[in-house]
Amino acid sequence: MRLFRPKFGARARLLLLCGLLAISAAASAYTLEEFHFTSPEQEEQFRVLIGKLRCLVCQNESLAASQAELAQDLRQEVYGMMREGRSQEEILAFLTDRYGDFVLYDPPLKPSTYVLWFGPFVLIAIAAFFMIRSLLRSRAGPPAELSENERQRLQQLLDTDSSVKDETS
Amino acid sequence: MTDNNQKKSSTFRFLVPLIIFAALAGLLLYGLGQDPREVPSPLIGKAAPEFELPDLLDPSRTVSNADLDGQISLVNVWASWCSACRAEHGTLMELARSNDFQLIGLNWKDEKTDALTVMRMTGNPYTLIGYDPDNSAGIDWGVYGAPETFVVDRNGIIRHKHIGAIDPVVWEETLAPIIEDLKREQAATES
Repeated sequence: MRLFRPKFGARARLLLLCGLLAISAAASAYTLEEFHFTSPEQEEQFRVLIGKLRCLVCQNESLAASQAELAQDLRQEVYGMMREGRSQEEILAFLTDRYGDFVLYDPPLKPSTYVLWFGPFVLIAIAAFFMIRSLLRSRAGPPAELSENERQRLQQLLDTDSSVKDETS
Repeated sequence: MTDNNQKKSSTFRFLVPLIIFAALAGLLLYGLGQDPREVPSPLIGKAAPEFELPDLLDPSRTVSNADLDGQISLVNVWASWCSACRAEHGTLMELARSNDFQLIGLNWKDEKTDALTVMRMTGNPYTLIGYDPDNSAGIDWGVYGAPETFVVDRNGIIRHKHIGAIDPVVWEETLAPIIEDLKREQAATES
């Protein structure tokens, strides 16, 4: 055991350091300490909820990850509503009423978002259609469409080719 | 397929990827031209949210929805810490002279002493200033930054939201025409 130490120690320590850094980064992303929960389920519910909401200032971060002051306000607001016993739907509705669907990471399914939800699948379907069509075409392609003249000429070429081969060998 | 037809379709076949590319490039360019920071407000066309705030300059007085009734208002969200607000302040001072609308301030997430200092040093363009240090009204108005400016008609309906500073160009091109429309609307209902 002692023998291995010098060899693996540095790397292990580095790994440990990286791991600790990752953990501390995740922990400092937001502080849940300021919030007190009556049960672990409630805490979990809160985490899920703020993970679904977008911070409007830093746009690509969720409310859970954002350090922006506005995100702090909104977390506080969500927390307050949760303590009042409002349901997740009510809380999400409260925020979308004020900030629009943009505040949600998952855009709701409605006519204005159909392109967003179905667009990629439509594009894939179109691409698949053309790919299959071209594959079928090349398989059922025109192997026997040589005219009599062409066939003869081809035969001729093949013959001369083999005769060349015969000469060289 | 006749020979001629086949020739025709193969002549233009090379255009297909070109057209697809052009369409994609157009779409992406359009996306680049959009400002991702401008989140459209769901409040447009709806009544201004209920609010009641102490006035920054006169705490004995409150600023509320009642103050929006009867005339066109620009509700301007600002804070002393916001540099874009400082940039638009000169324009606001100019706009304050207009009789077409009133300028209502919403002092958002600010320290009172800082806000008062700014008003003393640079002048006060507002008729009234709601003092909202803890974002209690701001959250109902869907405020997510400063400056933001809401155009509210004389019935208290939010008609437009401008995100970012107001400069003479923004005023001439976006806000002034909206105010003109509202005035015309008002004249039409009165006659």
